[in-house]
Amino acid sequence: MTEHSDQFLLEIRGLKTYFYTDDGVVKAVDGVDFNVNRGEILGLVGESGCGKSVTALSIMQLIRKPGKIVEGKISFDSVNLRELPLEDIQEIRGNRISMIFQQPQTSLNPVITVGDQLAEVFEIHADLNDEEMWEKSVELLRTVGIADPEQKALAYPHEMSGGQAQRVMIAMGLAMSPELLIADEPTTALDVTIQAQILDLMRDLRNELGTAVILITHDLGVIAEMADWVAVMYAGQIVEQAGVVPLFDNPFHPYTRGLINSIPVLGETKHRLADIDGVVPNLVDLPKGCNFAPRCKAREKYGLSICEEINPDLDEIMPNHTVRCWLYQDTEDHKAPLKP
Amino acid sequence: MTQDKVENKNGELVVVKDLVKYFPVRGGVLRRIVNWVQAVDGISFSIRKGETLGLVGESGCGKSTTGRTILHLLDPTSGTVVFNDQNVFELQRQEMKVLRRDMQIIFQDPYASLNPRRPIGESIKAGLNIHQVGTPTERTEMVLDILHKVGLEDYHYHRYPHEFSGGQRQRIGIARAIALKPKFIVCDEPVSALDVSIQSQVLNLLQDLQDEFGLTYLFIAHNLSVVEHISDRVAVMYLGKIIELASRDDLYLNPLHPYTKALMSAIPIPKPSLRRTRTILKGEVPSPLDPPSGCRFHPRCPIATEQCSVEEPEFVEVMKDHYVACLRVGSQKVRI
Repeated sequence: MTEHSDQFLLEIRGLKTYFYTDDGVVKAVDGVDFNVNRGEILGLVGESGCGKSVTALSIMQLIRKPGKIVEGKISFDSVNLRELPLEDIQEIRGNRISMIFQQPQTSLNPVITVGDQLAEVFEIHADLNDEEMWEKSVELLRTVGIADPEQKALAYPHEMSGGQAQRVMIAMGLAMSPELLIADEPTTALDVTIQAQILDLMRDLRNELGTAVILITHDLGVIAEMADWVAVMYAGQIVEQAGVVPLFDNPFHPYTRGLINSIPVLGETKHRLADIDGVVPNLVDLPKGCNFAPRCKAREKYGLSICEEINPDLDEIMPNHTVRCWLYQDTEDHKAPLKP
Repeated sequence: MTQDKVENKNGELVVVKDLVKYFPVRGGVLRRIVNWVQAVDGISFSIRKGETLGLVGESGCGKSTTGRTILHLLDPTSGTVVFNDQNVFELQRQEMKVLRRDMQIIFQDPYASLNPRRPIGESIKAGLNIHQVGTPTERTEMVLDILHKVGLEDYHYHRYPHEFSGGQRQRIGIARAIALKPKFIVCDEPVSALDVSIQSQVLNLLQDLQDEFGLTYLFIAHNLSVVEHISDRVAVMYLGKIIELASRDDLYLNPLHPYTKALMSAIPIPKPSLRRTRTILKGEVPSPLDPPSGCRFHPRCPIATEQCSVEEPEFVEVMKDHYVACLRVGSQKVRI
């Protein structure tokens, strides 16, 4: 994240969210830092269980037992959200920061019409009469590309397709023209041609409204298409952060490399896909040292022992490109084998 | 891609001709049939021995239904499937049972497709038991052998499905499918539910097994990039019809049907420096209960003409081994 603006819209420092379960403490988010500038799209990418959704829910102050934000600063427009009373948080949620979720038909209330759900946002956050709310709702549906919005506003979520339901969610998310939109896997459940429509829509709306977006996904293709900045997460921590072009052109972390190389790319056939051996670690029982060490081929290749002892910090190894990896950092006893 | 030969002079293991599968919709007090879901509406193709035919399309296009009907897990509405010179739908139960050793399926949801109350070793062994392959002791040995082949260990034999990750369960699904040493496997979205890094492990495994056992695959998926990677030839489906079929390279280098082009254009590519303007299709996929007239794609097609809403295009070979169903492509003239 460049330091260009005098203040970031969102600043996360040292975020730790743990879940206290019968099986032990699940360290879902374990020390996460990042910033989001106004109008910027930050891609938060990682596979299942890496902590990206929990990060989003933490920002929205939606973590419930047995989860708890244990530590960290969540600063939105210079205000620490963790220190605000509930009424103030409710003022901000859905209004200045809103969120859209992965499975739209599961996230919408099945017993309320789509128009009424949309109107609810205005009911809570705006001072309008019934007729004004209805008109605004219909207008919003039109803006997100729903044909025949006056009719569709009377429909229930189950009467819509996945793509339409997702548009409704986007409409709800953007109703109050928020400064920040958190989109948690907004297109994963959708067909690829519908996904393209939705991503296009999100980009247009961002351009028109200047909304910053945190786009959470496991799909590196979507990240490449949409994001300005990217943070790669693994087992509760950020392992690499950079602008989208430098990240793909020059990924440093072995996990990032592995991810990029394991994806089949249309138009480039290889005989065999690179794969990453093994599986994600159990978050209750993280390995000592670097979380990725057990699966890391680079560690083997360079015969590094420090990886299994100490977890590296995020280090800025090139301007605006940070990596959490012993390949690139020195300590007293360890010399980094690779330095860009 | 012949429609007439039953004797497979071309080494064709599977020949599908004019396959139709409709699902009845019942309604009213008397539960009469009020409508039909036209899931698969007259498709024909063949698969050569040892090849992987990719079948790609979005939700509701009929690809899973095609896979299951070919294996006679669903009764067809009409059409024929010839497997290894035998007419699948005309076999007696006992003959079909024997044939099932050679035709297997890997499912998309590895959790839903495993019996949660059985140790997975027993699930894998079930097929061997049914067909009485070897002695009971030999069967256990075979299962252990297969577990190793798919990258699992001996001690996994006695574990239950819930004790495994998604990727591991998919490996178990694969183990179950290869246990009887089949000739042909329908892979129904085998990696869609998996994380990317696990997906590549499983795809590599499928390819290794194909090389080792000389398997033939029908690989069904909605992810074009995955299909491109693993297939020799690819068929694209839309709303119950195959609209294009070609070799993998031909399809990706030279897609002819406007839907295929839009599908490819819609795929986000992990190369930000290549951000490009894309063909974005308007509208939603229509319902197979009430498909559009003429060419089913015409309401969303960027180059549709009046004729397209009236006349259904035929599936013809417009270039060598490259078939398309589109009035605007190739030698079929559009009558104004």
